[in-house]
Amino acid sequence: MGAEYFWIIVLSCAAATFVWRALGVLVVKRIDADGAFFQWVTCVSYAMVAGLVFRMIILPESQLAEVSIEIRVAAVIIAFAAYFLFRRRLVAGVIAGGVSLSGLVAWIG
Amino acid sequence: MLSGNTEVMRKAMLDAVSLPAFILLFTMMGFGSLARGAGFGAEMAALASLMIWGLPGQLAMVELTATGQGIIAIVFACSLANARFLPMVVSFVPAMSRGRSSLGGMLLDAQLLSINSWAVCLREFPSIAPEFRHRYYVTFASSILLAAVIGTLIGYHGSVFLPAVVMLGLVFISPLFFALVLLAVPGRAERYSMILGCATISIAHTLFPSVDLLIAGFVGGSVGFAAGRYWKGGHGR
Repeated sequence: MGAEYFWIIVLSCAAATFVWRALGVLVVKRIDADGAFFQWVTCVSYAMVAGLVFRMIILPESQLAEVSIEIRVAAVIIAFAAYFLFRRRLVAGVIAGGVSLSGLVAWIG
Repeated sequence: MLSGNTEVMRKAMLDAVSLPAFILLFTMMGFGSLARGAGFGAEMAALASLMIWGLPGQLAMVELTATGQGIIAIVFACSLANARFLPMVVSFVPAMSRGRSSLGGMLLDAQLLSINSWAVCLREFPSIAPEFRHRYYVTFASSILLAAVIGTLIGYHGSVFLPAVVMLGLVFISPLFFALVLLAVPGRAERYSMILGCATISIAHTLFPSVDLLIAGFVGGSVGFAAGRYWKGGHGR
């Protein structure tokens, strides 16, 4: 396959993603930001993003799938604990979680 | 409340560099290396990060290309994986309090949106004067987009050799960051929706893996919205 084929894939995927963004703009132009419809859409986006994050951690398709569920959950708990312990500092939670995941994998595999 | 062009732009850049820019740098390194393995050129991978600008869709694109799927299937999967941008744009644009703006400007704002900017800006907006929120968003979003493109190129050229366990930790910090940001989301209905979204996706993922996110969003968001209204109305106490 030539380079053109890969270019077509990238550009088509960009266009196919942009469709959702543009639809969002069209909807936004028509709705009342204080109305129930807007609140419902906000709830839908929170549910989708939370679902995506949940899937990335609990049901991953990335390299994380090689890490056992126990280690992933333990690392999340450590991250949350560090976040609250360091007065809700995101950096503390993220570093503690990342380091403990790597550490646990190196230790128990 | 924060105001002033310089102050707001400085805050946006500092907020970006404080963590999100690094997370994108590392995450997109992973994408860059996968894109190379699937046969994409370096400039194609960088342009994919710049123009698709949604990791789940980008991953769908490289994974299906690597397994030799047809172009229709690839584009369809990428689009589905990024469908969250529709509700995200709808919930985000009014929060910017930008008032009337041109269609072109709104489309550009929508193109710049990612989960990072969405989550961080919704969190920071209450502390920023309404007329400066758009400036904050554009500065923040462009900063992390730049980090993403740089990360893609670094990952593509494989100039970083890290042990596999370290790479796992780096892959893990991206969902972890979002999870921590979402912990602080205010609003009863929003919280119900997030919990129900997680519950729904664990079922939908086994039954309908290709549209699990859409189902989680629609079901979790609708039930969460209804539950939020019900209890806000003073029922069930």
